[in-house]
Amino acid sequence: MLLFSLIPMQFQLPNIMLATPEMFLLAGTCFVLLADLFIKDSQRFITYLLAQVVLLITAGLVFFGTGDMNAIIAESVQATGKMSITAFSDMFVLDPMAQVLKISILLITMGVLVYSREYLRSRDMYKGEYFTLTLFAVLGMMIMVSAKTMLLIYLGLELLSLAMYAMVAFKRNDGRASEAAMKYFVLGAIASGMLLYGMSIIYGVSGSLHLDHISTYMSSHPVMENLGLLLGLSFIIVGLGFKLGVVPFHMWVPDVYDGAPTAVTLFLGTAPKIAAFAMIIRLLVEGLGDMVQGWQQILSLLAALSLLVGNLIAIAQTNIKRMFAYSTISHMGFVLMGILAGTQSGYAASMFYIITYAIIAMGGFAVVIYLSREGYEADQLADLKGLSARHPWVAFMMMLFLFSMAGVPPTVGFYAKLSVITAVVDANVIWLAVFGVVMSVIGAYYYLRAIKLMYFDKPDDATNSARSPVQWDFTALLSLNGLAVLALGILPGTLMALCLKAIQTSL
Amino acid sequence: MFDGYLLSVLVWLPIIGGILTLLTGDKFATRPVALIISIATFAISLLLWTGFNSKGYQLQFVELMPWIETFKVNYHLGVDGISMPLILLNTFTTVLIVLAGWEVIKHKPSQYMASFLIMEGIINGVFAAQDAILFYVFFEAMLIPMFIVIGIWGGDNRIYATIKFFLYTFFGSVFMLVSLIYMYTQAGSFAIADLHTVKLGMTPQILIFLSFLIAFGVKVPMWPVHTWLPDAHVQAPTGGSVILAAVMLKIGGYGFLRFSLPMVPDASNELAWLVIFMSLTAVVYIGFIALVQSDMKKLVAYSSIAHMGFVTLGFFLLFPIMKASGGSSEGALMGMQGGMVQMISHGFISGAMFLCIGVLYDRMHTREINAYGGVSNRMPWFAAFFVLFAMANTGLPGTSGFVGEFMVILASFKANFWIAFLGATTLIVGAAYTLWLVKRVIFGAVANDQVAELNDINKRETLILSILAFFVLAVGLWPEPLINVMNDSLVHVIEQATTSKLVN
Repeated sequence: MLLFSLIPMQFQLPNIMLATPEMFLLAGTCFVLLADLFIKDSQRFITYLLAQVVLLITAGLVFFGTGDMNAIIAESVQATGKMSITAFSDMFVLDPMAQVLKISILLITMGVLVYSREYLRSRDMYKGEYFTLTLFAVLGMMIMVSAKTMLLIYLGLELLSLAMYAMVAFKRNDGRASEAAMKYFVLGAIASGMLLYGMSIIYGVSGSLHLDHISTYMSSHPVMENLGLLLGLSFIIVGLGFKLGVVPFHMWVPDVYDGAPTAVTLFLGTAPKIAAFAMIIRLLVEGLGDMVQGWQQILSLLAALSLLVGNLIAIAQTNIKRMFAYSTISHMGFVLMGILAGTQSGYAASMFYIITYAIIAMGGFAVVIYLSREGYEADQLADLKGLSARHPWVAFMMMLFLFSMAGVPPTVGFYAKLSVITAVVDANVIWLAVFGVVMSVIGAYYYLRAIKLMYFDKPDDATNSARSPVQWDFTALLSLNGLAVLALGILPGTLMALCLKAIQTSL
Repeated sequence: MFDGYLLSVLVWLPIIGGILTLLTGDKFATRPVALIISIATFAISLLLWTGFNSKGYQLQFVELMPWIETFKVNYHLGVDGISMPLILLNTFTTVLIVLAGWEVIKHKPSQYMASFLIMEGIINGVFAAQDAILFYVFFEAMLIPMFIVIGIWGGDNRIYATIKFFLYTFFGSVFMLVSLIYMYTQAGSFAIADLHTVKLGMTPQILIFLSFLIAFGVKVPMWPVHTWLPDAHVQAPTGGSVILAAVMLKIGGYGFLRFSLPMVPDASNELAWLVIFMSLTAVVYIGFIALVQSDMKKLVAYSSIAHMGFVTLGFFLLFPIMKASGGSSEGALMGMQGGMVQMISHGFISGAMFLCIGVLYDRMHTREINAYGGVSNRMPWFAAFFVLFAMANTGLPGTSGFVGEFMVILASFKANFWIAFLGATTLIVGAAYTLWLVKRVIFGAVANDQVAELNDINKRETLILSILAFFVLAVGLWPEPLINVMNDSLVHVIEQATTSKLVN
């Protein structure tokens, strides 16, 4: 007892309860890992179910909180009047933005698992490790979303990345998947290095890793003349650019999307984008907010290039996964547009964009999975031929996803673009708004081409043969997903208001 | 009946009805269900006419509900004298389309009927929307059913035509979106009425005007952005051509009245010469192009472009008239009324022309003029209708085609003799291409065996064409009620268009 009293109790124990969801997720992941050891291959469904339950409970914890958590939150809100509450010596933050993003990540991951189950089973990838890796990746994302110091951001990012590398290479006998994993790993490592280097420079100048301290330092110093800070900012943006996959740091995106098993691409192309958005907001807005002039210029260039390159090269693709990869690049350009506006409504617009994009992209990849069967990857655009004659409902859903990606009302993609463009027009960067809409017209061409293949072309004999049977939960989720795109398109107000409120109360 | 939500019924009844039609599958029930819904919608839309108060320009049948509160976007519907007749035109045309596709459409009839019903609802939304974003959503959403209609039921080159149609229109409208957003940042609201009053500098006004010109010019379509129309018309099924010509093109004209003139009056004044130049080019040059067509649908498509040139000419005559008369807008009203009457009348006439061509196409499966000749020998009733509509197309007095063109030409004399002169050439060129078409297709000796085997129009076709003939003559002989309804609203547009919005 004496020994204990010698150690100064500098932290308040209850505060760490803020991270209850993360702690539960970690424990749950370890449990899934262990439990899977005792599960026979034929009973793998149990592992799947456990993983889903863990994700669901975590989402519930984020949404409802626990008694302790809510008490701390209420107390802190009353004491400081702010909705963002920190724990672990201010390294971890819980604010409305983090909550919304975490719930989105968790729900989307659950959807991804539903979509991929049959795909994994028929391709010898239905293993316990797959689910454990997914859960670890989700944990990484949640840490990224809630990180308040640069170190923690990096930690979360690496946890996510390492899990993703392994997942891309999961089919280890597949040469293309291994190649994709290798590329992803090497470029990811370079990006992490860049990010870390930038962080170390910023640390060197400002003397802190904590985003709030950096921000305080910046507001009292002339930051735009400080060469060190500018250099640090540049490195950080290069790192973020790699992770988000924007031009000119996009080269890995098509190769990885194409090479990875479709189920992994489905995961890779959805939830981590949301985490990457959070990372950008934390680093650039919360940490380096006073350098807005600096990053605004760089981001507008990156956004314009992404829109141009993504949309133009997507036209030339014959492979759906590659087409979606380039389309993702252009969509990330739009996300950057909202952020570079530098206003709260701009960040909210980007947040709305990234969440809805994840929903849409999830549906798009799900249709690719739907068309595949054992020993056959339906990843060519030609595989869509005559889909409306074979599977009218799936074709209709795919049409909704594609029109939404093109930004045609009454699908949700339109409101995402509308809010982002409003933000940049508000910030008086009208050239970029005009450029963005022109590029979205070019983008409409390749989405329309895919719709044309589905609706106006006759199916080839080769593509007409049977698919592997699809479970009811897949079809139900696909319908839900498609109708959500339409419903959010008719009534986008609630989600939009939620994003705006989350941003306003968090920043 | 339907107090307070009449317009919502007109928007959503066809859309929900379209979904119901889709659910009937391709059984016979599809057609009666679609017909009942379209007739019900038309009947309900008549309540607009009967309940409309033609005194004053204020919006009527207003509905207002918050929709996207983050952007202060409201679900705001309402009609005035300009949009009310257009909604009626739309609901009326859809009934005809359902009837016209009754036996002809054998491939996926439920999807065909559903597309047109959903499109009807969306177009009603375009005309009724009083919020810029709501307008834009309907404006764009309309493309999806049309894209599918041309792409699935179109001719041999339908895919090229439908993608061209979609991209052209999409390209035109995105600039309008940026302009609307810019005005939102200035006015703090997307309500069309607020955008009418917000002050704007000259440079923004010019840019906004140009973006509107692209958006609505593509839709009208105006020379030189008209090239999608012949392709779309030729490839579209008959119903698609009819709705395109009769209703969709009117959205462009409506846009000029609702957006360009009141929102950016100074830029409209500054650039009126451009619109008038483009309109006259459409009237004269496109008229000559129509003359050399060998495909009937293409000929009527080009003739549509020429006739729509009169609409935009009539709307923008206001500014040269003001200049010529030293500030008085007298006479301008006649130009605007002429343009509006021309829109409605063109809706009937072009719809009728495309339906007539559809009648021939269903029997002979060709649109080449050369393949016909002497049709009147085998189809006397059809020939009578065709000649009537052709005469209306050339602007024969007593038909609706005469009223609009005559008023526009009359008004243009007040502006400038040469405008009137060039505009009036349409009476010659239009007569030339239309009558030559009649001569080659209808008159003469029976050209070949196929023509010799033609049967005259059946009851269904007779009914459709008789209704159209009635309206063509009614508007031609007694346009007064139509002009009365729109009068006050047009006066208000002139007032707005002549009030400077420049920031001092």
